[in-house]
Amino acid sequence: MSGQSSYTPRSGLSKWIDQRLPLPRFINDTMMTFPTPRNLNIWYTFGGILTFCLGVQIITGIVLAMHYVANAGMAFNSVESIMRDVNYGWLVRFIHSTGASMFFLAVYLHMFRGLYYGSYKAPRELIWIIGVLIYLLMMATAFFGYVLPWGQMSFWGATVITSLFSSIDQIVPHLGTAITTWLWGDFAVGDATLNRFFSLHYLLPFIIAGVVGLHIWALHVPGNNNPLGIDVKSPQDTVPFHPYYTVKDAFYLCLYVLLFAVFVFYAPDFFGNPDNYEPANALVTPPDIVPEWYLLPFYAMLRAIPQKLIGVLVLGGAIVTLVFIPWLDTSRVRSCRFRPLMKQFFWAFAVDCLILGYCGSQGVDAVLFGVPLIWLARLGTLYYFGYFWVLMPVIGLIETPKPLPASIAQSVLGDSATAPAE
Amino acid sequence: MAAHTLDATRRDFLYVASGAVGAVGAAAAAWPFIDQMNPSAAVLALSTVEVDLATIQPGQQVVVKWRGHPLFVRHQTPKEIEAADAVQVSELPDPVARNSNLPDNAPATAANRGLKKEWLVLIGVCTHLGCTPTGFEGDYGGWLCHCHGSQYDSTGRVRKGPAPANLQVPVYSFLSDTRIKVG
Repeated sequence: MSGQSSYTPRSGLSKWIDQRLPLPRFINDTMMTFPTPRNLNIWYTFGGILTFCLGVQIITGIVLAMHYVANAGMAFNSVESIMRDVNYGWLVRFIHSTGASMFFLAVYLHMFRGLYYGSYKAPRELIWIIGVLIYLLMMATAFFGYVLPWGQMSFWGATVITSLFSSIDQIVPHLGTAITTWLWGDFAVGDATLNRFFSLHYLLPFIIAGVVGLHIWALHVPGNNNPLGIDVKSPQDTVPFHPYYTVKDAFYLCLYVLLFAVFVFYAPDFFGNPDNYEPANALVTPPDIVPEWYLLPFYAMLRAIPQKLIGVLVLGGAIVTLVFIPWLDTSRVRSCRFRPLMKQFFWAFAVDCLILGYCGSQGVDAVLFGVPLIWLARLGTLYYFGYFWVLMPVIGLIETPKPLPASIAQSVLGDSATAPAE
Repeated sequence: MAAHTLDATRRDFLYVASGAVGAVGAAAAAWPFIDQMNPSAAVLALSTVEVDLATIQPGQQVVVKWRGHPLFVRHQTPKEIEAADAVQVSELPDPVARNSNLPDNAPATAANRGLKKEWLVLIGVCTHLGCTPTGFEGDYGGWLCHCHGSQYDSTGRVRKGPAPANLQVPVYSFLSDTRIKVG
């Protein structure tokens, strides 16, 4: 992995460059010859897909910023002008708005992949923690971006999310209110708020790009985990990243772009909320205010708690909990493939996240089969925290894992391949 | 040897002194970049509004904008006043009046929620997460916040849900029997 380099400059020019700025060597060692476990499956292609999503958001975002006006009186109309007047403005905007959802869909699959195969376990703890940081930055960026069209959902979403900080009043009186006023630059969400959110929305993607660099750097020290969760033991266990995984990633990227295109061209408003086509009105809150789908599980947890401060702490705690996963999981085995008990709780956890998302999407008084949804949300919240803080440590200790294969090569190629190689 | 020790001491002093000056300087330089986000004097200056009460019939509510927030001005019916008076402060989640015209610890009696019993002036911002509650809804004859389900009674006192406090009563005064100035 890191350390040895297989790069040999082929021409005088590339040798000259290599001695001064070894960039071709870096590209060769990290993206071409990089030894990668030979058994990576479809779920390992989302890293590449996510890099693509970030690129799409940055490119379309730069274009939109050429036409958008960050002013409370003009923002809504400037977005309408992008949709109607700007050449291909509708396409760029729909790619950008759909792109946010496709980005989050990919990041959730990427995270669940990591959870299932134990990719957060030693020595990959920092990769996971940096990933949680990227996820947080993505949520902040998505939130700032959602405010920019200055529709009803933009305005009230901004009000509710920034008001989360006002709960600090219950710990230090007036501090929370001072923070919200500082965030708003006014007594309420207004022009000053919109301007600074635009500035931050433009900034954060580049910070994300930087942190993604750290994420990949940290990944290249131990190399990829794999579906078996066992370490690479010999060169037989690996294949070079190029062409094996460049092509595999490209293939699944094409399928993902196909799905992306279906939404952009056939259901561009599928992920949106019709209320956001109504200009912001500071005097009327829409009757059903819901966040974007990717934040619904957390929203359900917030609403499940009938006390303001505790509700906000649960919301924050649900995300902060992710940071501790590498140490909450006490199992010696990484992959759930060999963890018959944990595997079941993992799938229950995935279903739990969907249930919480459903609860978050429904009205505050919603009832399902005679049971108020708030109780379902409370159960779901309990399982969410119980999964990480109770099941993960306990099951790791009591579970008997299935026997692990001797090596990746043996598992993939059968016993014949394990004969000593020259 | 002595010269060497002297040198080390002088170096230590320079090290600590420049570090301290640097830290104080960085903190001082950071403040303008933090404070620029606070409301400017121009924003702080736009803070009063006058409301004509003559056209508001008993049982009606008018919403005006003040400091970017909705302001509820509600004309109470005798029945509503009677019902609000009957509520004991001890049964309220928030026992404090939240009336900017009164001391901070004034109890949340119906009388303490306004300057005159038939007139109610409230900032229409849910004390949970800032949505605007809808009037004449909920189980208490007051407001229901659709965002997260908080309910307020006819004097804007919180009765149910995640909201921690009663709707805030702003600073206001009666200019005449039919005109108030808020702020």
